[in-house]
Amino acid sequence: MSLKQVFTKEEIERAVTRISHEIIENNKGVKGLVIIGIRTRGYVLAERIAKVINNLYGTKLDVGALDITFYRDDLSAISEQPVIHNTEIDFDIENKNIVLVDDVLYTGRTIRCALDAIMDFGRPRTIQLAVLIDRGHRELPIRADYVGKNIPTSQKELVQVKMQEMDNEDGVTIEETEDDKKENS
Amino acid sequence: MTKKKTAKWTHKDLLGLEYLSKEDIELLLDTAESFREILDRKIKKVPALRGKTVVNLFYEPSTRTRVSFEVAAKRLSADVINIAVESSSVRKGETLNDTGKNIEALKADIIVVRHNCSGAATMLARNVNISVINAGDGWHEHPTQALLDMFTLRKKAGRLEGMNVSIVGDIAHSRVARSNIWGLTKFGAKVTVCAPKILIPPGIEKMGVKVTDNIDEALSDSDAVNVLRMQFERDDIRAFPSQLEYFKNFGITEERLKKARQGIIVMHPGPINRGVEISSEVADGRNSVILEQVTNGIAVRMAVLFWVSQVKDKDIKNEIAY
Amino acid sequence: MKLLIKNGHVVDPADKIDGIADILIEGGRISKVGAGLDTKAETIIDAGGKIVMPGIVDMHVHLREPGREDKETVFSGTKAAAKGGITSVLCMPNTLPSLDSIEIIAALKEIIRKTANIDVFICGAITTGRLGRELTNAGAFKKEGITAISDDGASVDSDSLMSKAFEKAKKEKLLIICHSEDKALSLKGVANLGFTSTRLGLRGISNESEYKRVARDIKLAEEKGAAVHIAHVSSRESVEIIRKAKKKGISVTSETAPHYFALSEEDLLDYNTNMKVNPPLRARGDILAIIEGLKDGTIDAIASDHAPHTENEKEIEFEHAEFGSTGLETELAVSITELVCKGILGWSGLAEKMSFNPAKILGIDKGSLGIGKDADMIIISPDKEWIVKKECLVSKSKNSAFLGRKLKGAVEYTIHKGKVIYKA
Repeated sequence: MSLKQVFTKEEIERAVTRISHEIIENNKGVKGLVIIGIRTRGYVLAERIAKVINNLYGTKLDVGALDITFYRDDLSAISEQPVIHNTEIDFDIENKNIVLVDDVLYTGRTIRCALDAIMDFGRPRTIQLAVLIDRGHRELPIRADYVGKNIPTSQKELVQVKMQEMDNEDGVTIEETEDDKKENS
Repeated sequence: MTKKKTAKWTHKDLLGLEYLSKEDIELLLDTAESFREILDRKIKKVPALRGKTVVNLFYEPSTRTRVSFEVAAKRLSADVINIAVESSSVRKGETLNDTGKNIEALKADIIVVRHNCSGAATMLARNVNISVINAGDGWHEHPTQALLDMFTLRKKAGRLEGMNVSIVGDIAHSRVARSNIWGLTKFGAKVTVCAPKILIPPGIEKMGVKVTDNIDEALSDSDAVNVLRMQFERDDIRAFPSQLEYFKNFGITEERLKKARQGIIVMHPGPINRGVEISSEVADGRNSVILEQVTNGIAVRMAVLFWVSQVKDKDIKNEIAY
Repeated sequence: MKLLIKNGHVVDPADKIDGIADILIEGGRISKVGAGLDTKAETIIDAGGKIVMPGIVDMHVHLREPGREDKETVFSGTKAAAKGGITSVLCMPNTLPSLDSIEIIAALKEIIRKTANIDVFICGAITTGRLGRELTNAGAFKKEGITAISDDGASVDSDSLMSKAFEKAKKEKLLIICHSEDKALSLKGVANLGFTSTRLGLRGISNESEYKRVARDIKLAEEKGAAVHIAHVSSRESVEIIRKAKKKGISVTSETAPHYFALSEEDLLDYNTNMKVNPPLRARGDILAIIEGLKDGTIDAIASDHAPHTENEKEIEFEHAEFGSTGLETELAVSITELVCKGILGWSGLAEKMSFNPAKILGIDKGSLGIGKDADMIIISPDKEWIVKKECLVSKSKNSAFLGRKLKGAVEYTIHKGKVIYKA
């Protein structure tokens, strides 16, 4: 099983900064902007993006965490029992421009769940998607607005994202395994 | 970072807290936290049990528990069917097992059953392959009530370990008392049961509780008191106190609470009999968490329905081995 | 027709035999017993490595006929008995109608004559309908060959009526078998009163409801100088009361059922209705007292209290299920597993409790392998292990408290009046 590093700590930092600038440019400023990260590493990234923007503009953006377990459509198919984290969105999303953040975009199903969940909170003005890695193999018509890096992969490969806040290091690796890796969608 | 719930749930049924481990109960309580948050949203629904059918099979009349389970199931996007069987001590027509098998044949996924016979839920679970949740069986257990009591207590006090909890009322005939005792002791809470002597069942100390018939003694040490509903319509109780007598000797009043610990938490499974086991002032006062219990009950029942529906055949641990 | 049983370990307390010997059977009776018999016989059974004991005399069996043939009949019950190594049973009178009149008893005798596979002795009722109000015609029973009466399932509450019953029984030389239970104390109880009933949320039956009535029954019998036999003893206090009475020289005998020394209230923890019995399964302390009572002779006999019930009456809520467990096919193996294997009784002691003593108590000529006696005996594989399964049970009803349990000791042959009526 070979391990290949595809994104280093410095590259991640540069990507986060670039994405943060792209968000400001696209939204013509920070008005009505909120960031929501998908548990768990999506939330870590969301906080980093918010920090960059806050440093540039002196703002204090609302950042929320979303757990999508209860919206999954594959609960009966997965072999492991789901791990549930908490959703914490303690601000109003009505008419806001939400930037949804996740670490890896794969089949698109996680994002589909996240869209359903967000809609249950209210009616945002727009929802945009920012991801650190886009590894291809979409099964639903979902696309990211902001991408850290496009990394073509095969379905047998496992993409591992490590974040300092949780894993004590930053980096993205690809590992080749025997089976199809569909659970990290 | 919030805590991860990595325990594995292997029970196809929820028959009682006696059969759950501390980790099992913790998983339910932690999951209930997530579901509690959903109840504060605009759209109080998640699709987790979409397409699943929950049948409420109630042999004893009950509006509160039944409605609570119904709301919980609907918040999970499940379809709910309510069957209220005319209660009778002589079985007329279909047996419980046959009813269960029929419900299974209708391809329902979960049966929530309340029955006046102890062990009824256990018997039903043995006879059907779908999940059975005990909503109260005779004097035996009422696990979801105890879970919501523990959830409320943990939320209010921040912990369960080392908490001094008194349970006051007809302990001998109370399934709420038994379930609470099993659950609380597993978390290292110190439980005291308080009742007139004839309402203390034999050997209850063996469940790890202190026994007293002196309410002031029980309250003086307690961080929380769970006040049970007093039933006076009984056929086999001799020398039972009258309502007035009971209120005088065991009623939870403001006066009594003054002698108890500051900030003592007052719970009640409902429905309350004002002026019998609890005074109106206390029921509506600042120590009472009675209404919170009701809301929390939905979250707890959502957690139970969720986990029970997650069990796949290969995970099933056989509760009952015969 | 000669039948020779060779090389078996013969156990016969009546004739003080406990060793390897051969038995020759002729014309349905025992004609020779001794080591190395050199005889020709039409049939020879090699009982090498096996135990040969008198056929079990089970003095407490519910055959349910007449009235509840859906649960059991004389035919099916005695077939099950044969499989369990029992060659004589005393059938209880709580049938429908009760065995409280000559006509009913005569009718039952006809059924027995036509369909029974073994000897069936009849126990008549003490009171009409077993309602505890008026005495039956005990004298007439005696003429029909009845040796014992009981209201089993119920107890006569009225002291004065019970006293009269003992007086009459003494006169007619009948044995009264007492189901000692004060129903005012046991009320709607369904399990032993104690921690287990608390844990399960079930109404309890106290030891008191048994021992107080045992004490009363013995007292009334003593006053009238009558013999009394206490059925299915389950509690430690009852054992002590019987022990003291025997020391005093009172003519009291007693029996217990295998579930009272093999199972305890803790076995009920999953609401298994097959373990719902009356008296209930008791606490550890009671079980130890029963075992002690068997050891020191306070308890004279082991009787199954075979109580067959249909699935409809058992596979329901614990509180509503009928009381009782079947026992004919398991009593021997349970007794071997719990008593012989654990060194509480030897084979001779077991034969005493299950054959010799019951026959003596009932005053019937059974339970012995003496010359000239009926050739009723069983050949047992003492070490054979088996698991009690519904499919293997021959009785019409399958409500055994021992379902799923591994037991040691299996019957290979059951011989009744010289005929092999069961072969494994």
